[in-house]
Amino acid sequence: MSHPTTPIHRAPLSQQHRRVIPTTSPDAIGAQVTVTINGVEAKVPFGATILEAARSVGVQIPTLCDHPDLNVAGVCRMCVVEVEGQRLLQPACTFPVVNQMKVNTHTRKVRQARRHVLQLLLSEHFGECTSCVRNGNCELQSLAEEYGINDFAFGHPEEPLVAEDHSSYSVMRDMNKCIRCRRCVRTCIDIQEVGVLEAIGRSDRVSIETYEDRPLGSVVCINCGQCVNRCPVGALYAKDETDAVWAAIDDPEKHVVIQTAPAPRSAMGELFGLEPGTPVTFEMNTALRRAGFDHVFDTNFSADLTIMEEGTELILRLYKALVLGHKDVALPQFTSCSPGWVKFLEHFYPEYLPNASSAKSPQQMFGALIKTYYAEKLGLDPGNIVSVALMPCSAKKFECNRPEMHDSGYQDVDYGLTTRELGKMFKEAGLHVPSLPKSDFDDPFGTATGSGVIFGATGGVMESALRTVIELVTGEKVESIYDHGDIVPVRGFDGVRYAEITVPKVGPVPEILAHLVPDWEWLNGATLKVAVAHGTANAKKVMDDIKAGGKFSECHFIEFMACPGGCLGGGGQPIPTNAAIRAARAKAIYAEDHAYSVRKSYENPAVARTYAEFLTDGPGGHKAHKLLHTEYTARGRHIPQE
Amino acid sequence: MSAQTIDSQGNALTYATIERDAGLRAALDMTRPDIIDAVSQSGLKGRGGAGFPTGMKWNFCAAEKGDLKYIICNADEGEPGTFKDRVILSRFADLVLEGMTIGGRAIGATLGIVYLRAEYTYLRPHLNEVIKERRKRGVLGTSIMGVEGFDFDIIVAMGAGAYVCGEETALIESLEGFRGEPRNRPPFPAVAGLLNNPTVVNNVETLASVAAIFAKGVDWFKAFGTDKSTGYKLFSVSGDCEKPGVYEFPWGITVAALLEEVGGEGAKAVQIGGASGVCVPAREFARRLAFEDIPTGGSVMVIGPQRDMLDVAENFLEFFVEESCGQCTPCRLGNPQMLKAVKLLKEGACPPKFLADVKALGQTMMVASKCGLGQTSPSAFLSILEHFGDEIHDRAPSA
Repeated sequence: MSHPTTPIHRAPLSQQHRRVIPTTSPDAIGAQVTVTINGVEAKVPFGATILEAARSVGVQIPTLCDHPDLNVAGVCRMCVVEVEGQRLLQPACTFPVVNQMKVNTHTRKVRQARRHVLQLLLSEHFGECTSCVRNGNCELQSLAEEYGINDFAFGHPEEPLVAEDHSSYSVMRDMNKCIRCRRCVRTCIDIQEVGVLEAIGRSDRVSIETYEDRPLGSVVCINCGQCVNRCPVGALYAKDETDAVWAAIDDPEKHVVIQTAPAPRSAMGELFGLEPGTPVTFEMNTALRRAGFDHVFDTNFSADLTIMEEGTELILRLYKALVLGHKDVALPQFTSCSPGWVKFLEHFYPEYLPNASSAKSPQQMFGALIKTYYAEKLGLDPGNIVSVALMPCSAKKFECNRPEMHDSGYQDVDYGLTTRELGKMFKEAGLHVPSLPKSDFDDPFGTATGSGVIFGATGGVMESALRTVIELVTGEKVESIYDHGDIVPVRGFDGVRYAEITVPKVGPVPEILAHLVPDWEWLNGATLKVAVAHGTANAKKVMDDIKAGGKFSECHFIEFMACPGGCLGGGGQPIPTNAAIRAARAKAIYAEDHAYSVRKSYENPAVARTYAEFLTDGPGGHKAHKLLHTEYTARGRHIPQE
Repeated sequence: MSAQTIDSQGNALTYATIERDAGLRAALDMTRPDIIDAVSQSGLKGRGGAGFPTGMKWNFCAAEKGDLKYIICNADEGEPGTFKDRVILSRFADLVLEGMTIGGRAIGATLGIVYLRAEYTYLRPHLNEVIKERRKRGVLGTSIMGVEGFDFDIIVAMGAGAYVCGEETALIESLEGFRGEPRNRPPFPAVAGLLNNPTVVNNVETLASVAAIFAKGVDWFKAFGTDKSTGYKLFSVSGDCEKPGVYEFPWGITVAALLEEVGGEGAKAVQIGGASGVCVPAREFARRLAFEDIPTGGSVMVIGPQRDMLDVAENFLEFFVEESCGQCTPCRLGNPQMLKAVKLLKEGACPPKFLADVKALGQTMMVASKCGLGQTSPSAFLSILEHFGDEIHDRAPSA
């Protein structure tokens, strides 16, 4: 009899779910149970939590450590309720409904317990509310207001006790505000399988720490900021660079430009009270100009450029491997536009760095062109250009500070602002984005395509690449193969998706690629195997499969995004986040795609112009390589001593 | 060795009279449901302190589907003032392992694990020796006692020093290699325990009792104790008495009778059940040690008239502030507030409002904490406040 060895998973096996299934007996699963909540009957599936049952009949129960994206924890005890016949209060977030129990959610005992929990949390939470980054969007603050906190019965720290950790380019830590709900711990391991954060110590000495409590900037953190999006208070926040951007705007010598990525535009409205999924792309352009930015560009332009470069690279890799028989060609090719994913790869799978596309991310391609092509075109001194990027991402801050990102001769992108930071700037400038008139992006990069837009959703880079590759290879409109050109098999929110795309016929090699391949015959009837993964826990599944020689090792091209849902679920996006919010943002992004008349990257006239005027040796050419491609650093998991 | 010092004190133990392997032999003549039924009939309740009916626990686990099941012996004896499992493991390890084997047979487990507290590391070679010898004798391993298809083995796993790992789900977390923190329940270990498989966790003494019950019979066992608390129990007696040690008494003995046996007459209070137990004042010494009156895992700390009750409370609370796993809010942050109140009381400087707030907080901790640690940690302090109010409140503020 052999017994399994312990799997390395942080959450207890029995609780690696949103729901705690209270039995292994299959007959009960799926049955309906009636539960009485405050005298109101609710019918729920067997094993639903009390919290779900209460919500189904409109009863609110406060939660704090619970988060819909994470495994259950049941540690804060904010959601305790009284179950008739039980001496103990039970946590609604984990307690399963298995029989006709009667639950009361606001008895004296319950109200008292909730107040005590809050008073205890406030006794260690350094609450400088009015100067806190989460002022007005803090779960502890809201709960204190809702649940009758009118004193600090158990004390309240007046001064911070420990220094903040500002070592990271992306994620800041202020443990004086931490309430030990461990959402960050669970995020980092459950969603990302990075596991940078862990609870250390016992009792009131518990703290959330990195490996040997080293600064976050020196450990294997991938800067994705997913922990920031799930922190209920201001203990974790993205680095704030708004003052530096304001300073640049205030400086008359500086020419300040901003590129805006698609994902923030689908979410910015949330910061102004709009429903998730209400795009404010063109209102935001007006707001940016009124805030003082000299020019407003669309990152979709460089997303299209990324497709050209990355697509060319893929075609070349395939050509070398399949036709020329080169043995050293790294396949599958991995996308490299998500800086969180790139750092994940550098730390955990450095031996696969050759598989990562050398094409820079859209942010960095744009950055390199702004301080070269654009500066030349407008006769500006690139040293006076301040290049800002609006990104849904905290890892973009790290990315623009990578030492290799200086191909223009300057730091290519000076500041990566998150959606939240820019929203804050707008508010400071009195710009209520939804009520502003619409305006377009600025030339010379103004026109974008839908392909660039869908970069914001998981599967979007893959779909864009496929649209362009299919048309370039077949000479046919992609719409003749897929309805509306929507390549549905790579869409959706499944953590890992696999698709096979057959090349039905081939056409002549278009001029833009004529210097690279003589013909497409070698692709006639070929099946392109592709995959998409989002959230690095899913990326890990794919990578481990590749290592083991499984089906993903047979793929030609794989899109990886560090964040759940892709960029629209990025760590720089408005808080809160959950599956419904991400789905609404995705809907906005795909709607914007449909609204574009040009939906294929290679048809983008600004891209064509850039190759004609500036990157004259074409995609994959020498000049493109100097400015638009990069290299990676094998970091490994070893954390050197400071 | 300290165990021998303790071993030499106390009274004669029934376990010394139980014939080795007799219980297992008897159990293997029975069907699995009959084994569980016999345990239920005996009225045996968990000896670790919680007092959950053993037969019922086994029954839950036996009813679960699955090929892999486990029975774990909780030898993480960490409750302050408890040292009876140490004696059982030193002198009657065979009975414990036999009880596990019977349990394994009953629930359909193939592996038993002794989770031994780090401080008992010195017992590990002894346990491994007994296990080896049992394998040699054919009462562990494959086709035990010639019963075809009954394969069962036992291994010893070490704890790492955390009190909370005596809580069964924290124990399982620790066994799986994680930080020892209690899980949410349900699911209970009988449904989803070690590696998500149905698991029974029983105390050392419970398992030794199982072996005794099968060796001597259910009726023999039920002749000891009371209706609701059958059998006999080992008590770890310490503190202000003449003869501290491990004592065996039938359930139902009064505190007064116990104190007489151990030379603890004149005590002003007895802390029963360890730091997480209750403080019984002298005027209540007629109460009985039994699940229906004062339930206990066996720790009896005699508190002499010279003791300051606030010192007692402070000592316990310092322990909990040290040992709370720090997972749930009420326990993590509540115990330090309790301790703060005790310190202020000692100085005669506790504001009445704060004392009232802390008392109410204690009530919350007892119902809202995630596991037994936080649910019981305020009880000693609260019962001291209740019974020794004069002594506490009459002291003058310190200069």
